[in-house]
Order: sequence, then C-alpha cells, then structure tokens
Amino acid sequence: MPKPTRIEINCETGEETIIELTDAEIAELAYQAELAAEKKAEDDAAKAAIEAKKQEVLAKLGLTADEVAALLA
Amino acid sequence: MPNTFTLIASSTVGAGGASSIDFTSIPSTYTDLVLVCSLRVSRASVVNNTVIKFNGSSTSYSERVLYGNGSSAGSYSDTQIYDVNNAANSTASTFANSQFYIPNYAGSTNKSVSNDSVSETNATAATAQLVAGLWSNTSAITSISLTDYSGTNFVQYSTAYLYGVKNA
Repeated sequence: MPKPTRIEINCETGEETIIELTDAEIAELAYQAELAAEKKAEDDAAKAAIEAKKQEVLAKLGLTADEVAALLA
Repeated sequence: MPNTFTLIASSTVGAGGASSIDFTSIPSTYTDLVLVCSLRVSRASVVNNTVIKFNGSSTSYSERVLYGNGSSAGSYSDTQIYDVNNAANSTASTFANSQFYIPNYAGSTNKSVSNDSVSETNATAATAQLVAGLWSNTSAITSISLTDYSGTNFVQYSTAYLYGVKNA
C-alpha cells in the first residue's frame, strides 16, 4: 500500500513537490484521527444528554414536543 | 477583486489525494495574505474541518466560531483554527468554499486570522461558519499548512490559492 503524501509548494520558485509522509507524520495523522473520534463521541454524548433532559422536562409537564412547538409558534 | 491582489501560488490535489497542502517560502513583500480554498476530504461524514497552521507550529492558536447548519446555530471556542470542508458523505463532486484572511502576516506582533467558509451538499444541511482566530506568536509567517482535522486526505480536485495583498 503506498504511503500517504503531502503537497509542498515553494512560493519563491513555484515548484510543487509531492512528498511521502514519514512514519512520524503518519503516526501524527492517526493521533489526530483518534482525537477527532474522541471529540465526536463527547459531542454526541452531550447532545444526547440535552435531548434526554428535554424529554424529562416534557414528561414532567405532560406535553409532547409538538404541543410545545405549537405553544411557542 | 482589488488590483492589489497577486497570486503567489496555487495547488490542485491530484488523483492520489494529499494529507496536507503546504505553502513554503512565502515572501514577506505583501501586507496581507488571502488563502482561498475549495476542499473536500475522504472522511465518512458530511462536513469536516480543515486546520490551518503557520511555520510548522502546533501551539498558541485560539479561535471563536459562529456557525449555522440549517437546524441549529451557535458559537464555541477552540485551541486550533479551522474552517469547514466537504467530506465523503456530502453530494458527490461538491466542494466547500473557504477564505482565510491574514493581515500583517510579516509583522512582529501576534497574528490575527479571520475565516469565512461554507460546506456544500444537496441532500442534508450544509454548514456555514465565521471564525475569529489568533496565533499568539510574533514571528513572521513564512509557511502555511492545511490539514484535515481528522487526519484524512484531501481528495482530487481540491484546490488552494494563496494571494498576497499590498496596500490593503
């Protein structure tokens, strides 16, 4: 499998070079992917918690989401 | 576009994709830089983010983001500076639009950055966002690197155009 590459453009010469990533750079990409996945999981959990709280409040009020939307329209 | 805009360099990603687009040896002869991007990445999502870094540094960045995505709007802060890009689940062959503006890039004060970007897709909500960013570093900017937030590749036909602005 070919190694991932990056594009480097030298603005003084205009020369564009395609460079294979080093092992360290590949490891850094994998680390970024892990961080992004962790952040997405945290964001999803936060959204789910907010939605659960909304449902809890609706249940206490004895209203549906549609009824609340109608009240606020 | 004002006639003070000068194209410094540009790049179009080839068939193999690219993990980053790096502009190096940026001349210090302009007052401001403008980076105009049309980007799409291979990550399996509708929208993702492209991170901009200067002089190879990974530290001292901050940003405040305002965003809207068709179903919600909001704001948040982060310790990186990034725009929105299209990802693999957006409509095929569509690309996000983004512009970074970097005033006084060659000066000896901290570097402010603004960004205006929007993703493109026909089936689900797109995202638009405005960014006020700061790189707390007084070095002149001599290189700019664009990478995907999630470490995936920019796909073929993604483009980045770097302009210099004089007398802004």
